[in-house]
Amino acid sequence: MNKKAIAIKCAKAAFIGLVLLLLYAPILLLAVYSFLDTDVIGTSGDFSFVHYRALFTDSKVLTMIGNTFGLAFASAALSTVLGTLGALGIFYSKKRVKASMNAVSRIPIINAEIVTALALAITFVAFGLPKSYFTLLIGHMVICTPFVVLSVMPKLKQMDNSLYEAALDLGASPAKALFKVVLPQIIPGVISGFMLAITLSLDDYIVTFYTRPSGFETISTYVFSATTRGNAHTAATLSSFWALTTIIFVVILIVVISANLAGRRKDKTEVRR
Amino acid sequence: MRLRFSRKTLGIPYAIFLLFFVIIPMLVIIFYAFTDKEMHISFDNFVRFFSDPTKLSTIVYSLVIALITTAVCLLIAYPVAYILARSKMKKKFVILLLFVTPMWINFVLRVNAIRELLNWVGLLGEANYFNTIFGMVYDFLPFMILPLYTTLLKIDESLYEASADLGGNGFTTFTRITLPLSMPGIASGITMVFLPSMTNYVVSDMLGNSKVTIIGKFIYEYFGTNWHMGSMVALILLIVVFLSTWLTGGFKEENTVRGANI
Repeated sequence: MNKKAIAIKCAKAAFIGLVLLLLYAPILLLAVYSFLDTDVIGTSGDFSFVHYRALFTDSKVLTMIGNTFGLAFASAALSTVLGTLGALGIFYSKKRVKASMNAVSRIPIINAEIVTALALAITFVAFGLPKSYFTLLIGHMVICTPFVVLSVMPKLKQMDNSLYEAALDLGASPAKALFKVVLPQIIPGVISGFMLAITLSLDDYIVTFYTRPSGFETISTYVFSATTRGNAHTAATLSSFWALTTIIFVVILIVVISANLAGRRKDKTEVRR
Repeated sequence: MRLRFSRKTLGIPYAIFLLFFVIIPMLVIIFYAFTDKEMHISFDNFVRFFSDPTKLSTIVYSLVIALITTAVCLLIAYPVAYILARSKMKKKFVILLLFVTPMWINFVLRVNAIRELLNWVGLLGEANYFNTIFGMVYDFLPFMILPLYTTLLKIDESLYEASADLGGNGFTTFTRITLPLSMPGIASGITMVFLPSMTNYVVSDMLGNSKVTIIGKFIYEYFGTNWHMGSMVALILLIVVFLSTWLTGGFKEENTVRGANI
């Protein structure tokens, strides 16, 4: 390899490295300061778990973390059931029904979140439905379910359809054939749809804000109002978010790495066979 | 006769769900946009909105912010996607994954992290427009990288070789081969960055010191005061979305799932 090629290679690596550094700078900054006993970034401090202790002893913070995860699991579970059934229904429908349901199902995906949120909020009021946990759940299902449909659909297309027919011929009821034959073939899509629904729900601010019952806080709404209004919140509350961000970052890192290692290992064993 | 079980019927709950919580809300928005407070049909909302000079200047600012954000994202994402797509490294998916991982942290916490960084550097409250654009680029960059990467990866290596054999230099190869063939990725990247940069007011509120207003924020403001005006803004955004999806050749499923399928 000549000198020019090496120089180009280094320049490429440096560029990628620089963008990654910028991308991770804010998170790493918070991660470092989450272990120091100072409330102001830039000042020095001693190593301490004070922000983590604050995070886990503040009952308001604990409630909103519980709310966030409870809502994410509930809406993801409901979205997965609804979306999987929906994908099956769409897949076996005639052309015109298929096309129109697919088109409508895409609206929440391509639409700006604020438009979905406003439309839902006004509709709830117009039909006399007061904001409650139910409306919040519906709001999250509207943003999650289309993604479940999207991740189940490719598995249905890959599926060997004759297996279902064979099960019926061998005397299985349609319901049994669906559970024992179709479901095992599409389950990877169902699981990834569920995971996607959880992350979408955890991430959401806008739809939550417009459909939640009053007083219900999630991580998103709590942090947003704490940072933009700032009045009733002390620096200590803000610095406990550093600890929260660090914990979430580490958990995500572990999940992403292990999911990928597991995925690659499976690929390898499949190749070996 | 006994009703025969059909697999089509499994889709009925989802069809009803879509009818009640997707189609009807859109119709409600359209209805509110074209009525006044007494529920009479009227086009006043449009006229009032577009004849308000302060609103118009905010729209222009918002469009400029979105344009700059999209352009900067493209300028950063294109080289990243190109280098990764053409790299012969075996573990390049790990690096791509590193670009996507921050997207899985809660959005508001991520913006808060940028806020703390900007505060530390001393920019918070000083350079509101810069901060807003910085935050948007940071948050929406992966939306640009993913579609670019998938289209660039699909370009056949032999096309580059053919171009070189026929005497094309690096520049010609880029303008005649790489760029035209990556157009679908560029188009879907642009739509996926431009729209949230016009509407996601979380970033502009948290980083712009509440001095930066974008189009999405109008909806928030009208939500407390005038639903008819709010619906009208929402309807305009809805039309923009449909036009841009239609113009860029429809919607690409593979790019919407945040890299869950890398």
